[in-house]
Amino acid sequence: MNIVVCVKQVPDTTEIKIDPVKNTLIREGVPSIVNPFDKNAIEQALQLKELYGGTVTAISMGPNQAKSSLRIALSMGADKAYLVTDRAFGGSDTYATSYILSKVIEKLGPFDVILGGIQAIDGDTGQTCTSIAEHMGVNRLSYVLDMKMDGDKVVVRRMVEEGVEIVESKLPILVTLTKVSNKPRYATIRGKIDSLKAEIEEIHLTDLPDMDTTKIGLKGSPTRVKATFTPKRQACGEIIELINPKDTAKALVGKLLEAKIL
Amino acid sequence: MNLEQYKDVWVFIECFQGQPKDVGLELLGQGRKLADSLEQKLCAVVIGKDVDTAIKAANDFGADKVYVVQGEEYKDYTSEAYGHAFLKLIHKYRPNTLLIGATIKGRELGSEIAVSLRTGLTADCTALSIEEETGNVVWERPAFGGNLYAQILCSETRPQMGTCRPGVFKKQEKNEKNQAEIIRENIRVDAAYIITKVVDFIKSSDVSGIKLEEAEYIVSGGRGMKNPENFEMLKELADVLGGAVGCSRAVVDAGWMPQTMQVGQTGKTVSPKVYIACGISGAVQHVAGMSSSDTIIAINKDATAPIFEVADYCIVGDLFQVLPELIKEIRLAKNM
Repeated sequence: MNIVVCVKQVPDTTEIKIDPVKNTLIREGVPSIVNPFDKNAIEQALQLKELYGGTVTAISMGPNQAKSSLRIALSMGADKAYLVTDRAFGGSDTYATSYILSKVIEKLGPFDVILGGIQAIDGDTGQTCTSIAEHMGVNRLSYVLDMKMDGDKVVVRRMVEEGVEIVESKLPILVTLTKVSNKPRYATIRGKIDSLKAEIEEIHLTDLPDMDTTKIGLKGSPTRVKATFTPKRQACGEIIELINPKDTAKALVGKLLEAKIL
Repeated sequence: MNLEQYKDVWVFIECFQGQPKDVGLELLGQGRKLADSLEQKLCAVVIGKDVDTAIKAANDFGADKVYVVQGEEYKDYTSEAYGHAFLKLIHKYRPNTLLIGATIKGRELGSEIAVSLRTGLTADCTALSIEEETGNVVWERPAFGGNLYAQILCSETRPQMGTCRPGVFKKQEKNEKNQAEIIRENIRVDAAYIITKVVDFIKSSDVSGIKLEEAEYIVSGGRGMKNPENFEMLKELADVLGGAVGCSRAVVDAGWMPQTMQVGQTGKTVSPKVYIACGISGAVQHVAGMSSSDTIIAINKDATAPIFEVADYCIVGDLFQVLPELIKEIRLAKNM
């Protein structure tokens, strides 16, 4: 089974702070991490390899520093890693990004299974991976908990808002994983050392000759950012002094009744 | 592409087992505002096997037209069948704007349609408006865990598409006197084309109680609850109020509560009448999922906790002392 995993390097959004004076994002000093959901995708890839053999290839699109995320994928057990990087790819929205990744996957493939996290914690769109499937014309199932083969069928348990669906489909398939899907393994010491020595091949625009360049970068993106802003800090509400727990509760309930909230 | 040929604001009414999900009905309210400022029609799209309840709901929540695609092949959602039907509708009727609920299947459908049509799709929008000079929709959305907001335009292609999370917008008043035009389209999908099959469904146990997204009262706990056993107290308060229990990401990460109870950027977005945050610091990721609640009550012993910046009523104190008293007082007030 040939498996490819899409990995994104993201800023750790729990560490992002707002500059209180300028009201802008402070990006400096924010650690870069592997998008947490993508680690679940790597784990799923490794589990499939353990069951059915084959190779696990990790790909990431981004600047040179994203190689460190690919090294984490390698240290967990991925066999190969490729960094997709080119100035021409900059400014791509989810349409353009997913198109570029679909072309990379076609070049490196064919693959039986394409995996990724349900969303990245920086952009939070949750639409890049499923868009890759549409560009490639393969089946897709998102929010998958686990998957296994049954003959030539792939059987997937996937989350829906109302519960869990058991779904059958066929390879090739694109699947996105969520945090509850599995527990990503830790890298072994050996894996860490090997990953540092591993060569990560770069894929540039020139390596993808059948790419339609009108579909990439800022120019190829159907959406455009008009403006960005940091959310306004709202005014503080009414403080109910803690006299003693009983009277405090009384005071609150009194106010709620008065405001017809209860 | 001649943008002038694309008219009307469409809303996808997603159904589960024949029942329309609230998010589609919530979006009809937003769609109405967009349609009115564009002076165009508001149209609902209903796809399914049993569609009557959804058609009625789309009518009552104000659609001018309801496009209906009905058939056995639409019993369960599959990207093959739903994508096919939706694209046929779009090619025939050319909508200007398409709103889809950011549910699991809605997100799949959105990317399928947008890529297929080579048009723009903006995810998880929290505010929608029309740019006066151009008539383009301005899609506003959070990113970086709610630390940054962006306004997105899709000015060169149609339809302009966006998804919105359940609970971000409120449903409008029902109007059962509305008389929408019902347009039925016979779109068949070859069975061989549908590779995906839903073979079983297991209802999640927490669905049996009041659903978080639909609860009028939510009592939510964070790391300040100290351990999972203490959530019993929140359950008691929620029961007294007739509401549901939620939690922060920290609690899910610690393995105290299931992810289905998580409120926030990577969890659920809720907008209940009352949201009671207990021992939740109020990281921006959490606030992004609950800030549109009508009334927010925060109980936290740290007076500098950011949750107090969004709370309407702030109690700085020990929640383990305050909560039992609060439960008693509410019982008294409700004669329970």
